[in-house]
This record gives sequence, C-alpha cells and structure tokens, in this order.
Amino acid sequence: MKWWIAFWAILIKDMRAYYLKPPNISWGLIFPFAWTGMFFIKSGDSLADVLSLLPGVAAISILFGTTSMLAVTVTFEKKSHSFERLLLAPIPLELLMLAKTTGAILFGVANAFVPIILAAFFADLSGVSWSVAIPAIVLIAVTSTFLGLFIAVSVSEVFEAQTFSNFFRFPMIFLCGLFFPINQLPFFLRPLSYVLPLTYGADILHGAFNEGNNMSLLSDFTLLLIFCTALFFISLRNIRKRWIM
Amino acid sequence: MAILEVDQLTKKYGTFKAVDGVSFSVDDGEVFGLLGPNGAGKTTTINMLTGLAWPTSGKVLYFSKDYTYRIKGAQYLMGVVPDESNLYPELSGFENLSFCAALYGLGKRERETRANKLIETFGLIEAKNQKFAEYSRGMKRKLTIAAGIIHKPPMLFLDEPTTGIDVASARQIRQLLAHMNKSGTTIFLTTHYIEEAERLCHRVAFIVAGNIVKIDTVKSLIQPVQEKNVMLFTISNADKAIKERLISAFPHLTLQFLSDEQIRVESAEQVRVGPLVHFMEDQGGEVVEARRIYPSLEEIFVRVTGIEVNAMKREKERLGSSK
Repeated sequence: MKWWIAFWAILIKDMRAYYLKPPNISWGLIFPFAWTGMFFIKSGDSLADVLSLLPGVAAISILFGTTSMLAVTVTFEKKSHSFERLLLAPIPLELLMLAKTTGAILFGVANAFVPIILAAFFADLSGVSWSVAIPAIVLIAVTSTFLGLFIAVSVSEVFEAQTFSNFFRFPMIFLCGLFFPINQLPFFLRPLSYVLPLTYGADILHGAFNEGNNMSLLSDFTLLLIFCTALFFISLRNIRKRWIM
Repeated sequence: MAILEVDQLTKKYGTFKAVDGVSFSVDDGEVFGLLGPNGAGKTTTINMLTGLAWPTSGKVLYFSKDYTYRIKGAQYLMGVVPDESNLYPELSGFENLSFCAALYGLGKRERETRANKLIETFGLIEAKNQKFAEYSRGMKRKLTIAAGIIHKPPMLFLDEPTTGIDVASARQIRQLLAHMNKSGTTIFLTTHYIEEAERLCHRVAFIVAGNIVKIDTVKSLIQPVQEKNVMLFTISNADKAIKERLISAFPHLTLQFLSDEQIRVESAEQVRVGPLVHFMEDQGGEVVEARRIYPSLEEIFVRVTGIEVNAMKREKERLGSSK
C-alpha cells in the first residue's frame, strides 16, 4: 500500500478545504499584523525595538494560528463523522495524524513569516541567525500544532476546543518569556514557565534574533522535541481511547 | 469459505453490554443481514468489525486470520458505508470519490477512472462537480456507497443503507447492491427494513439487546410459515366479548387479537372466510377488511423477537429525520 498517496491526499484536501480558504488566509495575515502593531504601539520606542519584539510576535502568531486550525480540522470532522472515514482507511494512525497536522504546521510557519516580512521593511535583519531561527520556527509550529491536537482530541465540540485552547494560549503570552523576561516574573510563577513548551521556542528565537537566549540552544531544542513527541503520543493515545471506543 | 468469522464478540460500556457474545460467520459471496431494533447492537457490531470500536472480548477473523485487536491490517479488505453519509461537504462528488480512493493508495489515473465509472454507475453524472453538501439525501447515500467500494473491497459493510431516503432512490440502491453481490462482493448489511433484508439477503441474524436470537437462511426461516394459512381481519364496533366467543366457536383456528380491531387467524388448512365474517357480523361487529397474509420474514421476526415491525420502522425514521 502506498501510504504517501494517502498522506498527500489528506494534506491537500485539508489545505483546500480549510487552510487556503479566504477567512483563514485573512486570519493568518491579520492576526500577526495586529499583534505586531499592538506591541509596537505599546512599546512606543524607536524602530530598533523591532528585533526585540519580533521573536514574541512570531511565536504567538504560530501558537494562535496552529491551535485554532486544529479545532476545525480535527474536532469539527470528528463531530461531523467525516473523521471516521479516515479512521477506516488502512493507514497507521500515526501517519494519519501526521497528515492531519502537517497542514497546520505549514500554516503556523507561514503565520510566523508575516511579522518577519513586515519587520524586514523597518529593521535590519541581517544579523539574524536564520540557521537557528528557521528550525526553531518549524519546531514551534510542530509543538503548537501537537498542543492543538491534544486539545482537539480532548473535547467533543468546536467551541470547547476554542475555549480549552485559550486556557493554554493566554497564560503562554505572559509566562513564556515572549515579551516579558521570565526572570522578571514573580518567583512563584517561574516554575510554570518551564513546563510550557513555548518558553523554549521563544528562548531560541530570542537567541537567533538578538542573542538574548537564557538557556543553551541544545537544551531548548531538546526540550521542544520532547514536548513534541509527548504531545503527539498522548494525543494518539487519547484518540485510541476516546474515539475508537 | 468464510470471509468473516465472529466468535463470542462482546462490547461493554461500563456495566452495560451493548453486544453480548455474538457469534456468526459470513461466507464469501453472500449477503448477510443483521436485523434488529434501535439499540440492539447492530452499529456497535459493525464498528467492532471495521475498527471504529474495540471489542471487550471475543474474536474477529477475516479469511481465517485473527484481526481482533489489529483491525487496521484488515481494513483494505473492507468497504464501509455508515448509517450517516460522512463524506466531505465542501468537496464535489468526484473529488470525494477520488479522495477516498487515495486513502487506499490508488494512483491519480486509477482514482479518476474509478471515480468516473462509479459516478456513471450510480447515475450521478450531472452532479459530478456539484458540492456534496448540495446533494439530496438519496444522492448522498449513493455517493457514500460508491465511496465504500471505490477500492474494490471483497467485503462491504452497509449500516442501514436505505433509511430516510425516497422510495425511488432506495429501490435503485437495492438494485445496485444486488448487482454488486452478483459481481462477487460479499455484503454485510444491517437494516430495520425486514422486507429489504428478505429481498437482498441470503442469510439473516436477528439481534435483540445485544444477543443474536436467530440465525439462518431466509428460505429456512420462512419455510414454517409458508406451510400455514394466515388471514387478517379488521373489524369495527366489535363487542369486547367477541374474542371469547370466536375462540369457542372456532377451536380449530389459532386466533391472535392484535388490537381491538385486528384479529389474526392462522390455520394449517385453508381459512374459510365466509363463516368467520358471518359470525363476527352476527355478534354486532362490522368486518371492514379480510385479507390473506403471505408468509414473510417479518412474520418470523415478530414471532422470534416479539418486536412490532411498524413501531421499529417509525422509531428509526423518527431518529433518521432528526439527524
């Protein structure tokens, strides 16, 4: 059986049915644009601030973009029973879920580049270490997508997925060092920061954009990979337990 | 040769047994029907056989190989048509079929050829590029069946294939299923339309409350009632005491009072209508209708399960229309 055909078909179907639909394209553009504008207005400083804000804006764009889409592509399809068609196909569940999530990963990566492209008009990005930034962006997109998958398979309704997503997303804005350094957080909140995957992704991006990382890149990448793997396999276990009853 | 063997298959949800140790086999090339009311365990059984539910215990064998807890490995052998059409509303009929074929690893050219052929076979050429969401219920059902057979599986599972669709579409679907079976596809069918099962199936199993209460060929099941003569009388203005009087006046007949107005008369001999009508009218009743009941699977189903078939249909259609 040629599994890659099934993988590709699922990915293309999701792209056409969901990700490339005008509302999602506009969401993918407007949302990062709004974040960028908001933080620049708030900082009120010179354009030199762009580089310090960019890692946070890029990371948050990925987080919101990916987690929002999974609620649609997975929870909605489960609710409408079309997900059962995929479960009935003779492809391993791991591959099926990778196909379902690849679209969101690509969407997340594209979202990250909206603020980066905007920033290129106002700031000098020649000092950015792209060999670190690009893998970090991809890995943040993968982790956020798998977080979205974990949320999507833990609920039954699309609105529950959106609400449950916010339970993770909003604390992450403040706790992951995106805009506020972790060492300036109240001491009792700091442990919470270190159990959130975005902390490590944001740290890599701070390192890549302005050498402002607190931890070693190796440990950041390793921890992100661990989060990715754990979230993916917990989600698969939940699908087997909750959806294949 | 058995294509599917099921042994003591059980599904528990907490303490509730949805399916309670069912055993049966489906032979290559036959149409096997699983009949029962709502909540009898038909869909749960199909789900366990196709990989949408884990059995609590028991065995599922395809081509004599145990796939109980690894149904994934057998999914290429089966096509599944669920009771609700579950294709993608935003894709066209052709795109849906092509997508379903891709899930089984078929290449682009092969996918397109098969999709076009099925669209033609199922009479959906004009709606080929129309979105699935815009299809009528009957068209949706046909396309869902087409999607179930696009990879040419040796076995097709159909869960209530004609529920909630118009008579013409249902008839067309039955014809298509019969044709598919003639071409070699083994069919496992669940339905609450007993006459549909009688027309399509070679063998049937009656399932009630998770248990199979009867399993046999349609021919063998009907045989005992074929040897009997049955009449159904509809009377109005009947005295309540007419029942007792009829029983004592016609001791050689088996009388069953279905309601205040309906009496079922059964005999090994030809039932003579005249004396019965005269007797009922002498007792003050008015005979509105007297008709012969031809032996059917429905008779057997009612006898074995004690479930009134019309009530079962109404309940299913009510649930179907609320979906």
